[in-house]
Amino acid sequence: MIALDYSGSLSFSNLAQTRLLACKHPIYNLAMSIIEINHLSKSYRVYQKQEGVWASIRGLFRREYREVQAVRDISLQVEPGEFVAFLGPNGAGKTTTLKLLSGVINPDSGDCRVMGHVPWERENEYRRRFALVMGQKNQLWWDLPAAESFRLNQHIYAVPLDEFDRTRDELCEMLDVTHLLGQPVRELSLGERMKMELIAALLHSPEVLFLDEPTIGLDVVAQHKIQQFLKAYQEERKNTIVLTSHYMKDIQALCQRVVIIAQGSIFHDGSLDDIIDRFSGDKIVTLQIGGPDEVFQGLRKLPNVLEVEPPRIKFRIGRDDVARTLSDILSTYAVEDIVVEDPPIEEVIAKVFTDAQGGQVDDESHPDIAGVS
Amino acid sequence: MDATHWYGRATLWWTFFQISINERLVYRIDFVIGTLMRFLPTLTQVFLWWAIFDAVSSAGSADSASGPDGKIAGYTFSGMIAYYLMVIISRAFSSMPGLTTGIANQVRNGEIKKFLIQPVDMIGCLLVQRVAHKLVYYLIAALPFALVFWMCGDFFVSGWPPPDVMFVFITSLLLSFLLGFYLESCIGLIAFWFLEVTSLTFIYMLLNFLLSGHMFPLELLPTKPIDLRGFVEFMPFKYLAYFPAAVFLGKVEGAEMWRGLVMEVMWVLFFILLSRWLWSRGVKRYSGFGG
Repeated sequence: MIALDYSGSLSFSNLAQTRLLACKHPIYNLAMSIIEINHLSKSYRVYQKQEGVWASIRGLFRREYREVQAVRDISLQVEPGEFVAFLGPNGAGKTTTLKLLSGVINPDSGDCRVMGHVPWERENEYRRRFALVMGQKNQLWWDLPAAESFRLNQHIYAVPLDEFDRTRDELCEMLDVTHLLGQPVRELSLGERMKMELIAALLHSPEVLFLDEPTIGLDVVAQHKIQQFLKAYQEERKNTIVLTSHYMKDIQALCQRVVIIAQGSIFHDGSLDDIIDRFSGDKIVTLQIGGPDEVFQGLRKLPNVLEVEPPRIKFRIGRDDVARTLSDILSTYAVEDIVVEDPPIEEVIAKVFTDAQGGQVDDESHPDIAGVS
Repeated sequence: MDATHWYGRATLWWTFFQISINERLVYRIDFVIGTLMRFLPTLTQVFLWWAIFDAVSSAGSADSASGPDGKIAGYTFSGMIAYYLMVIISRAFSSMPGLTTGIANQVRNGEIKKFLIQPVDMIGCLLVQRVAHKLVYYLIAALPFALVFWMCGDFFVSGWPPPDVMFVFITSLLLSFLLGFYLESCIGLIAFWFLEVTSLTFIYMLLNFLLSGHMFPLELLPTKPIDLRGFVEFMPFKYLAYFPAAVFLGKVEGAEMWRGLVMEVMWVLFFILLSRWLWSRGVKRYSGFGG
C-alpha cells in the first residue's frame, strides 16, 4: 500500500498521483487537502412513537417518520495542520458532519475524503489514523482504571509498547493526571474523565482528530486546562483538528478558522475577526468624561446608550458613524479617555444564529444592529 | 495475513479477555449472590415434581407409603431431579444474561459508534468478554455447584456416563455456549431495525423456556394434535438446555446422539453467519438513521 504523508503541505508527487487515480477521485485537486468534503447531504428519518406496549408492537409493522435534513450540500476543505472549529446552534448539523467524517454514518449524497479514504467505508487503515472524542459519550471502561482502557487501545491500534509508554506518560504529564491512572473511571470527576478520554484518543497519535464538544459541562478551570493542552499538543504535533463547541472561549483560544453551520448549511467560513467584520456593523464606545454629572444629560440622548455610570458612559454606534460622532463629542465635552471596541463575540454569534434560524441571509443588507438593541 | 498480524490480533483478544475479567471481578458479591439464587427455582421444581409423582403413584397403586416410584414420560422421580440439575449445568453455558438488551442499548444510545470508529470487531469483543464472564462465573459457582451435586448424588442412579457420552456431553455444552451467544447476538442486532427489542426478547425467552427443555423435559411435549415434540427437534432451542442434559442422562444415545451433535454444530454455524450478515446490514442501516 502506498502511504501518503500529510505532515507537510503535500506536493503533487507521482506517488500522490498514483493514489489519486487509484481511488478514482472525481476531483483532481493539485494540492490535495487532508479533508475534502464535496456537496455532502444527510437527512434522518426520525421515528415518531407513541407510548405503550401495544404501540411498540404496532410499531413493528407500521411507523410514522419525520424527515430531518441535518446536513445540506456542505462543501469544505481542510488543510493539514489546521485547527478548525464548527460553530452553530444545537441541531445545526455540526455533530452530523463529524459523524460523516468519522464514518459512523453514510451520507445521502455527496462525496468526502479524509486522508484519501472514504470515511464510511470504514477501512481499518483509515480507522487507525484518526480519532473521535465525544464530550457526552464515554469510551473508557467505566468500572476499571483508565490505565486498563489505555492498554486495550494500545492493542487495538497496534501501537509499539515503547512508543505507547512514551506517549501515555507525556500526555498524562501534560494534563496532570498521572496520579489518577489507577483509579476506576467512575470515580473520576467529569473534568478528569474528559482528560482521560482525550489521552485514550491520542495514544495512537491520530493524524486527524475530531472533537465533539470536548469541554461540555466542565468548570472554567478544567475548560482552560483542556484548551491549553489542545493548543500545545497541536502546535507540537501539527496534526489536523476539527472541533465543535458552544464555548466561544474554546474557539477564541484555539481556532484560526471558524465554520459556522446553521440549519445544515455552511453560513460562514473564515476567522473569528471576519465574523465580526461581516456580521456586526457596530462598535462599542466607552467614554470617560470630566466635569459635573450634568454634562451627561446631553449624552444620554444619544441613541443606543448601553450604560451610564459617571464619569463613564458606554454606547453602541454604527461603524461608519464612529469618526463623525466622536469628533462631535470631542469638540463638545472634556473627554478624558476613549475606548472603541468590537461587540462581544458571543453577542455577534448569537445574532448570526438568530439570523440563520430565520432562514433568509443576505450578505449585503444586514439589518442594522443598532436599531435592534 | 502475516504472522505479526495474527500475533497482534491474539494479544489484542488476550488483553481484552484480561480486562473483561478484571471488570467482572469488580462486582464479586453481586455475583456470589446471583449464583446461589440460581438454585432456588430448581428447589421449587423439586417440590412440585415430588407432589406430582406422589399424586400419580397414590392414584396408581395402593402402597403409596413407600414414596414416589412411578414413571412420567420415562422419568422416575430421581431421574426428573437429575434432569433439572443437569439443565442448570446446560444453562450455565448457554444462557447469556443481558446480551440482547446490551447490544440493543448500545445501538440505541449510540455507544456502538465506538466499534465503528475503532479498528476492532464488536461481536468478537462481546464473545471474548462473555467467555471471560463465564469463566469468572464458573470460578465462583464451582464450590456451590459441587456442594449441591454432592448432596444430590443419589438422584443420579446410573452414575457417570461412559467416555464417549462424556465427550459428546462436554462438546455439546461448549457448543451450547456458542449457540446461545450467537443466537442472542442475532436478536440483539435486530435492534438496528427495530430499536426496541424488549418485546422480541420476551417472546424469545418464552419460546426458549418452553422449547429448550428448561421448564420441563421435552418428552412431556404433546405429539397431538400438533406434534410439538417433533417440531422442537428442528429448532435450535433444545441444544440450549435439553440436549446436553439428555445426553448425560442417557436419554439420547448412539446414532441419535451423534446426529444431535452434528445438528448443533450446524445451528452454531448458521447463527455465526447470520450474526455476521445482520451486523454488516445493520451497520449500513444504522448509518441510515444515524443516532
